[in-house]
Amino acid sequence: MEPVILSCAELSTREINAALAALPDGASARVLEPRGRHNLAVGLSNRVRIDIEGNAGYFIGGLGDGPDVVVHGFTGWSVGENLQAGSVRVRGNVSECAGASSRGGTIVVEGDASSRAGISLKGGTILVGGNVGHMSGFMAQAGVMLIGGDAGDALGDSLYEAVIYVAGKIASLGSDARIEELTESDVRAVKALAELGGGSFGHVQPENVTRVASARGLYNFDALKDQKY
Amino acid sequence: MCGIVGLHLKNPDLQPRLGELLTQMLEAMTTRGPDSAGLAVYADRDPAPAGHEADPGPDQPGPPGQELRYSLRSDETIDWDLLAKRIAAETGRDLRVEPLGSDSAVFVSSAAETSFLAAVRRAAPQVTVPGFGRSMVVVKDVGAPAAICARYGIPGWGGYQGIGHTRMATESAVTTAHSHPFAPAADLALVHNGSFSNYATVRGRLARQGIRCDTDNDSEVAARLVAARMAEGADLADGLRTVLKEMDGFFTLLVTTRTQFAVIRDSFACKPAVIAETPDYVAMASEYHALAGLPGITGARVFEPMPEEIHVWSR
Amino acid sequence: MDQPQPMNLPMDAHRRSGAFPPEVIAQIQRTATEGHYEIRGWGAKRDLPTFDDLLFLTASLTRYPLEGYREKCDTSTVLGTRYASKPLQLAIPVTIAGMSFGALSATAKVALGRAASAVGTSTTTGDGGMIAEERAASRLLVYQCLPSRYGFNVDDLRQADAIEIVIGQGAKPGGGGLLLGQKVTDRVAGMRTLPAGVDQRSASRHPDWVGPDDLRIKIEELREATRWEKPVYVKFGATRVVNDVKLAVEAGADVVVVDGMQGGTAATQDFFIEHTGIPTLAAVRLAAEALRDIGMEDTVQLIASGGIRTGADVAKALALGADAVSVGVAPLIALGCNSPTYWQDGSDHDASDGYQALGTEAGYCHHCHTGRCPVGVTTQDAGLEARLDADRGARQVTNYLKAMAMETAALARACGKSDVHNLEPEDLRSLTLEAEAITGVPLVGRIAR
Repeated sequence: MEPVILSCAELSTREINAALAALPDGASARVLEPRGRHNLAVGLSNRVRIDIEGNAGYFIGGLGDGPDVVVHGFTGWSVGENLQAGSVRVRGNVSECAGASSRGGTIVVEGDASSRAGISLKGGTILVGGNVGHMSGFMAQAGVMLIGGDAGDALGDSLYEAVIYVAGKIASLGSDARIEELTESDVRAVKALAELGGGSFGHVQPENVTRVASARGLYNFDALKDQKY
Repeated sequence: MCGIVGLHLKNPDLQPRLGELLTQMLEAMTTRGPDSAGLAVYADRDPAPAGHEADPGPDQPGPPGQELRYSLRSDETIDWDLLAKRIAAETGRDLRVEPLGSDSAVFVSSAAETSFLAAVRRAAPQVTVPGFGRSMVVVKDVGAPAAICARYGIPGWGGYQGIGHTRMATESAVTTAHSHPFAPAADLALVHNGSFSNYATVRGRLARQGIRCDTDNDSEVAARLVAARMAEGADLADGLRTVLKEMDGFFTLLVTTRTQFAVIRDSFACKPAVIAETPDYVAMASEYHALAGLPGITGARVFEPMPEEIHVWSR
Repeated sequence: MDQPQPMNLPMDAHRRSGAFPPEVIAQIQRTATEGHYEIRGWGAKRDLPTFDDLLFLTASLTRYPLEGYREKCDTSTVLGTRYASKPLQLAIPVTIAGMSFGALSATAKVALGRAASAVGTSTTTGDGGMIAEERAASRLLVYQCLPSRYGFNVDDLRQADAIEIVIGQGAKPGGGGLLLGQKVTDRVAGMRTLPAGVDQRSASRHPDWVGPDDLRIKIEELREATRWEKPVYVKFGATRVVNDVKLAVEAGADVVVVDGMQGGTAATQDFFIEHTGIPTLAAVRLAAEALRDIGMEDTVQLIASGGIRTGADVAKALALGADAVSVGVAPLIALGCNSPTYWQDGSDHDASDGYQALGTEAGYCHHCHTGRCPVGVTTQDAGLEARLDADRGARQVTNYLKAMAMETAALARACGKSDVHNLEPEDLRSLTLEAEAITGVPLVGRIAR
């Protein structure tokens, strides 16, 4: 079946999303001339393939529960926020809060992500081929992140049970985040994640990544511990 | 709630299009600020006579031929020509009037900055001076950004750089008093997206140094802080470092002088900022879609400034 | 012979300090022992300006009352008319405020839901997500989107009748949610994606947007995901009320919810509860003024909350400009909070032991944070939860809400109104100079010229 063509030059965001939502499972669509448009492909639950051909704005693929979205360019804030199932892949860089609060599915950023990537992560998978900015993995509760490049300051601040793998350097760890020994199972997991990520992750050596996890020191308030506020 | 935009041209061939491109960017930011807008536009005006490139300082009249442009605005009807004659008489220097709009005008004079501004205050206390400088003209008005640009013919303006700001007002009387850009010194303009949390304290400190703000707006405090540092001899980057050090809150600032264009974000970097650079220009906006129509944007290097990094481009 | 001299005792040995009364002494001593702030439930307990400082000018020679019962006084209320294609139609101007499953027991949520359905109003989820039981019990359910996003998912979003984006709440504007480990049971933990037993830390800012310019884009996202059908509320704790209301409206809110400092919580630091936010009395007035100032009073609805107790409070809030109020602590009290007894196995039982174990007694308890609620309302302990009977609780809350609506209507009738929404500030007078300054309602005894 030929992909449905939807142009941002002619259609409003509402019209585009309505058309995308109406597609049957297995269908595909090309969204043209996004030019920084926000809220494309949000709240969709059909199993469709959506190619956004250009640079897009905020919340692309947000609240997604099924589609595979590919952005041929870069995006603004909060790509794939609250993703539940399906995937969002960005060929370029992404702005702040990539994959915020995502619970399932996969977000792949082939370029760099900005600050607060994976903030509030709730079980989803976030793969960034390049670098991530400060406060990435902030309050990440569950799920996994693989960072192909470097991580900025305060990585994994207030981390719960999510695990962050970093191939490059870490500027600094956040409170309650610590570096842990890599196990066989970690190496296997990173290998699988890198394969899922594709070409931009080819440089990742699974045996040489750093595993960051929670020290679990903030799990219960204890006045006598020297807890960081 | 507001949006900021800025464009610094490297390629002189684009200069005739500056106004057209700024208009496009400003209108895209209507979503962040539909109630009022302001622009500071820089163009090479009459060149300074050879050997007089340096600014004479606020208390000295400029050498013959070195003039300052004062952007004036009045909320009441005013006879600009009559006012001009009066100011010329008071300052003892000739004055040219360049029309700007029905409630705005540009007065061009080689009088000393302080005496000119004092003369305006005495002759017409209801007139405000949104900005002044050798190269800079400042326009601020209420209404939708598109309407404002149309009213002043901005699409037809040429120049080498400009910054703009769109605003959503929270006070009931939408006036230009709280509009950006804030331009407290010659050729200096600042637009701000975000919220300073200790500006009242800094404003008080400036007041004790004899520097008064015209409004209770937080952004004006930052502009005056930068101006104060630069008046002491600091360059723009140092002025911005002072803001980083002394002012608390979340902010993205876009600040220009006659020769420079600078962007900076606070350490949290929670307010957006997108920069696009090509061999022909550097452009900045709160959201990428404001830049999406610029020539050559598809080949531009698009990036976000890192927290506390000062990005400066100079002529 | 030397006799011991009688000591010269001070004239009054029981002089109370204004700055360091026994309560403050106890607080400092507790901090010295435990090394951190006190956490508790309920809202601000100190004396603050309330609706009690306003009075109604009811019928007189020039204003005729309506006859009760026969002459109808309409209490129906519609929320979300601005953009949503399916606004909420309520029978009364009172809704049940957001309180989480986790803070409350599942039985409490069910009881509240059944009561709300019985009287024709809505309940609201809280900082933990939606449970199936509440969705089933509540005919109208408002789904909160909070900074933590605990339990927030697309499926529940689609099942909701309205969406409430929470910037903050009156008890702690600027502070995130809190649930201590003893209440983070397996079920609660599962919903919130947390390990069981941890002290839940919550973010104070939303993870994917900051500031009103981005809120506009976020609201659009939520509308796009729900086909523009559901009203979007924006709720904040009362601080910079005028600015917040105007910005929320500009960002696209259908309804604004303003929660004053008396608003309750199940677990928050005492210093937040008592020292942040402004009283509801001031907040309602400011919010209503803000809407009028931008010409939106007929387009965007205002819900006021924070220590609303009775129909008199409701009527006064409506008179000051609210379209509805939201109640939290009050229906919990109707449910059994602070009751000296609980009902189980067909009879009343004495709950004193439970209160004593917490170091308090019925009428003073604010110990929701412990999870040891003696009457089963704010606990996750199965044994304690069994002390709350859903049907009985639902009946009690239904009674309370019905009475509240009747009181509101009776006052409105006495002011000559056939619709509670026709109450206006001119129907009121202030009892104190303070209330006059806060609300703009003239002081009793002032002669209008």
